Formats: sequence, C-alpha cells, structure tokens
Amino acid sequence: MSSREAILGRVRAAIADTPAEPAPIPRAYRRSHLVPGRHAVELFAERVADYRATVTRTDPAGLPAAIAAALAERSVRRLALPDGFPTELLPPGSEWQWHREPLTVPELDRLDGAVTLAAVGIAVTGTIVLDAGPGQGRRALSLVPDYHLCIIRAEQIADDVPDALARLDPTRPLTFVSGPSATSDIELDRVEGVHGPRVLHVIIIEPEQQ
Amino acid sequence: MTNDRGVVWLDTPAFPEAARTALADTQLRANLKRATSTIRDKRLTVAAELDDWEQLRESAAAIKQHTARHLDRYLVQLEEAVTAAGGTVHWAADAAEANRIVTELVQATGESEVVKVKSMATQEIGLNEHLAEHGITAYETDLAELIVQLGDDRPSHILVPAIHKNRTEIRDLFRAEMGHWGQPAPEDLTDEPRELAEAARRHLRQKFLTAKVAVSGANFACADTGTVLVVESEGNGRMCLTLPETLITVMGIEKVLPTWSDLEVFLQLLPRSSTGERMNPYTSAWTGVTEGDGPSAFHLVLLDNGRTDTLADPVGRQTLGCIRCSACLNVCPVFERTGGHAYGSVYPGPIGAVLTPQLVGVEQAASLPFASTLCGACYDACPVKINIPEVLAHLRAKVVEAKDGHTVEGLAMKAAGKVLDSPRLLGAAQKAAALGGRALARDGKIGRLPGPLHGWTDTRDTPAPPAESFRTWWRKNREGGSS
Ligand code: SF4
Repeated sequence: MSSREAILGRVRAAIADTPAEPAPIPRAYRRSHLVPGRHAVELFAERVADYRATVTRTDPAGLPAAIAAALAERSVRRLALPDGFPTELLPPGSEWQWHREPLTVPELDRLDGAVTLAAVGIAVTGTIVLDAGPGQGRRALSLVPDYHLCIIRAEQIADDVPDALARLDPTRPLTFVSGPSATSDIELDRVEGVHGPRVLHVIIIEPEQQ
Repeated sequence: MTNDRGVVWLDTPAFPEAARTALADTQLRANLKRATSTIRDKRLTVAAELDDWEQLRESAAAIKQHTARHLDRYLVQLEEAVTAAGGTVHWAADAAEANRIVTELVQATGESEVVKVKSMATQEIGLNEHLAEHGITAYETDLAELIVQLGDDRPSHILVPAIHKNRTEIRDLFRAEMGHWGQPAPEDLTDEPRELAEAARRHLRQKFLTAKVAVSGANFACADTGTVLVVESEGNGRMCLTLPETLITVMGIEKVLPTWSDLEVFLQLLPRSSTGERMNPYTSAWTGVTEGDGPSAFHLVLLDNGRTDTLADPVGRQTLGCIRCSACLNVCPVFERTGGHAYGSVYPGPIGAVLTPQLVGVEQAASLPFASTLCGACYDACPVKINIPEVLAHLRAKVVEAKDGHTVEGLAMKAAGKVLDSPRLLGAAQKAAALGGRALARDGKIGRLPGPLHGWTDTRDTPAPPAESFRTWWRKNREGGSS
C-alpha cells in the first residue's frame, strides 16, 4: 500500500467515531475592525508608520515630486523598475537610473532599490500586498535590493484582513509586507533589515481635493 | 533519538532532571523571564485591539475541528489543487520516509547544498542531520536558527529559538564559527544587535543568491486553491521561497485549511498571538509554480509522523489545531523557569508537553505530561482554544495506564512526584500559577477529569491549583502522609 493510501486510511479510521458534521463554524467575528467614522487611508498611514516605515501622502499631481523626495532622502539612485510601471509617474531628471526588467538576481543585488505599485493594502494591520501584477514585478524585485518604495492608490486600501483576502487572487504569487524586514532574535532588540529591504517607504496617492 | 515510528525526539534527560539543570542557570532564567514577559505584554495589547478576539478564537477552533473531521477530503483536495497548479505532492508516513523523499529530491537536482526556512516539521524529523549523512549541507537562514546551528545547539523557544543566548555569546559564536560555514564574521564585530544582524546578512547573502534548492515548512495550506503560506519576519523566508529553482516544502497534514478565506481568521490570530504584532513583516503565499516568478519546481511533502494516531484520540486530537504561535510558552510558569531545552523535544512548553507524547507515544515521553501545573494559563492564551490542561490530564492517565500492576492514583502521584521533587521549580512556578488562569476550575475545585482519571476525581474533587499552591497541598496531603 502506498503511504498516501495508508495515511488516508488512518485518517478515516481515526475520525470514524465522530459525528459526520461537528457543530457549524461560527462566524460571529467582525468583517472589519475599522472604527466607524475612522478613515481607512488615515489608519493605514498610521499603522504602516508604526512599523518604522516611512509614509507619504500625495495626490496624482504631486507623485513625481514625492518619489523624487523619497529617493533623495536615502540617496537611492539605481533602481529596479518592474514591467508595466507607468513611467509618466516617475520624476524627471537624470539623478536616477531606472533599470527595467528583466533583471537577473545578481543584477538586482547591485541596485540600490526598487519602485513598485501594489495590489491591495490593509488599513487595520498596515499591510501592503503585492501580487506580481503590472508595475509590481517578480517577487525578487522587491526583495533583493535594500530599499523598497511602494506606491499604492487610496482605493486599493481595504479596511481589514477579510476584505483584503477577498480582493486578492490566491493563485497569483502573493507577498504581504508589513513594514521593513525585522528581527528580534537577539535579546528581543528589534533590528530592521536582515535579509529583506531595510527601508520601506510607502506613498499613498489620494484623489485630488477639490 | 528516534522511536520505532521514526519520530525524532531528544528526551535527554527526562524533563525533571533537565529542568533541575535549567533552573540552576541564572542567565537562562533571566533571559527567558524578560523575553516571555515582554512578548506576553505585547500580545495582550494587540489582542485587546480586537474586541471580537473570543469570536475569532471560537471560529479558529471550529475550523480546525471541522478540518480534522474531514481531513481525508481536504488532503485529497489540496493534492489536486497543488498538482493542477504545477506542483508535486508526496506523502510521508513517518520521519524516515519524509527524510528519504527530501533527500532524493535534492539529489535529483545534483546539488549538495540547500537553504532552509525555519520549520518545526523539518526539525521534528531531523532533516538536517539526515541530509548531512547523505552529503548535503542544509543552511538555516533564520537569524535565531543560524545562531542555534552555528552553536551546534538546540532551539529553546518556538518563536525565538536562540533566546537563551545573550548578545555577547552570539558575538563570540559568530566570530568563532561563521568562517567554517561560509563568509566569516568581521574581525571587529561588536555585540550590538544591529551589527550582529548585519554580519548574519553578509554571511548568508551569497547562499541566498546562489542556492538552487530550498526547503521550508508551511504555516497553512488552503485545500480549495492549493495555496501554501509561510509567515516570517526577516525576509530569509522570501529569499528561500522565491530565488532557488526548486522548492521543497515539508508540511504536517494538520496544517491544511478548507478554504483561502479561512485565512481571514488565522492571519488575524497568528501574528498577534505570536510576536504581538498586528501583522508579521512578511507573509508569502504561492500556488504551485508561476512561470517566470519563483521556483520552477515545487514539491509538497505531506507528513503524518504520528499525527493520525493523535487524530484517533478523542481528547488529544484537538492538539492538531496548534498553529505554533508559541503564546502558551510565554504564559507558562514552568516554561519560564526551565526554558525549552528541558522538554527534550523540538516542541517545548505546554504545547510540547501534549504534542510530543502523542507523536512519539506516551510511554516514550512519560515525564512530559507532568511538566505542568495545570494552571490553565496556556488554554486562556491559545488562539485556537486548545484545552491543554485537559489533554495533559488525559495523557497523565495514559502514562499511568501504560505501567500496569499499580493503582491508578498511586502511579499518577508517583509520576507527578518526579516533577514535584524539584522544589525550586514548583515553588516559583506555583506563585505565578496562582495568578494564572482557572480554566479547569469551577468554584475552586477541579471537577471530573476526563478519561481513566475519573477513577481519581470521582472520589474527591481535586483542589484547583490557584486556590492553594499545589506544593503546599502536596505537602499537606502527601508528605508525611500515606505515601
Ligand atoms: S497550543 Fe495554542 S498557544 Fe500553544 S503554540 Fe499552539 S496555537 Fe499557540
């Protein structure tokens, strides 16, 4: 008998004595922990910053300048640019070198950072989710360089985890990012950046205020 | 060591002796106390942010119970979904089979090195040692696991495996050992955590960028979509899961969930219970293979290794709901004083005290069900509501049953005495326990205990530990008494 059959047989024997359907699964938990009246974008910005990530809020017109300021702040110059990233969002000027995909891992390793879009944000947990869609790149792109600048539109921000999971396609490769890489393995002292990017900067694009 | 079912567990020495040694180590106790109380406080704060925490726990427990009831169906569904997405599923009845499967998969790639994501399942089966016997070097890439591996040591905590080491010890270890495994530590390395983390980054960088094969565990796998998840902090997980060409994931069969949307419960409970964060820095989710992104070959090894035996036990099966968050460790008065090594198992603390004897058989880890005060704090902390005290009491009865020829009560007391013989352990533990939960107690009494211990509790109610120090009770009732 194969191990597959043996394990399944043992499982069936083990549960044979139990009622076919245990009590139904209660789903009394909240769909969202966003306090009524609280603005999701507001909370998202606050919670992302709680992880010691940098957060900037801007409108579409202010985006190139916000990107330029973010990059200048860290002196990040050579950046990976994923397929499908709208180049009109990028700041003008020759201070920055944009390295387009395809990039090998050693090539990525020589860059200073990566600029990506995102698929979904989660306000309550301060999480951004990348699904390798247009403008987000392969998973390696936001991982290997030491700096990740992530741009997310306000309407992509879900209130909470249940809503966010429902917006995602699980068959795509997904990366949930909540702050920069961090460890607390040495005397519980939090240190940012071990293997993933040490610096995470999130820019939120909100519709223009009239 | 390995038992006759191929389950690895260390049990050297048995808990009472190991605990005594641990208690003498003041450094260890200070580190542990600080760590557990810090994480405990953080956990309480972020759990309190969710005013439906109890409902989430109820749902989590019910989902796990439902999954266990239909485990055969969900495993087959998971296999189909993973296969349809381009992965390959393997079934491993025990540690030996899992080790053989992984070793052969690595050998088929022609590689002799693998990078590893921290994983309890691969520790449980002793994979690294097995690979080493076959000429394959496994590099642990989680910072704490790296510290443990460089020190030829063992993890002492599920979440922070190297918490028993302080920064100076880690600095000395890096200086002495890193060079034997790869990039050496800088000459002038100080004991600043930031510098130590940087040394680890440099040490492992080349491995990540060149490794062709990675081995991981899994936190969850969704049967409906075939999606597998790994939850982590440092990015070493992402490195291992996405850069190599071949990914081999070893997963206990109990990790399957019915649907992708069930994650909405567990992704809220796990980080908050584990590190006391709203969300851990990185979670990776993948479904089979994706052209042009990540490994081109994905193997999922489904591991039994004693889990179906655990499933067969009506009281013990709830243990399979464990999501390895380690919250029960951080609230346990016994763990806080002994540390993880004393449990002689890769699963320490309250969860180890119930899981290990079930995986390897109670007769093989007879002291572990007694490594507890039954204070109930673990049950209160557990995000999936595993009634650890209930399972402990049940397993104690089994230990007693396993040794025939004596009265049930006499043997239970004798076995308990082994642990209770450690006066400092108990004295200290009971003080904390008195503040702990009263999960089992009603009106200050522990009512009927499940299983064969009915014979004991039917005749008298057992005083609940919080009402009176168990040790005081023990003295009053036992010492100088009839035994
Ligand atoms: S038994 Fe519960 S509290 Fe302990 S590690 Fe498992 S899930 Fe966490």
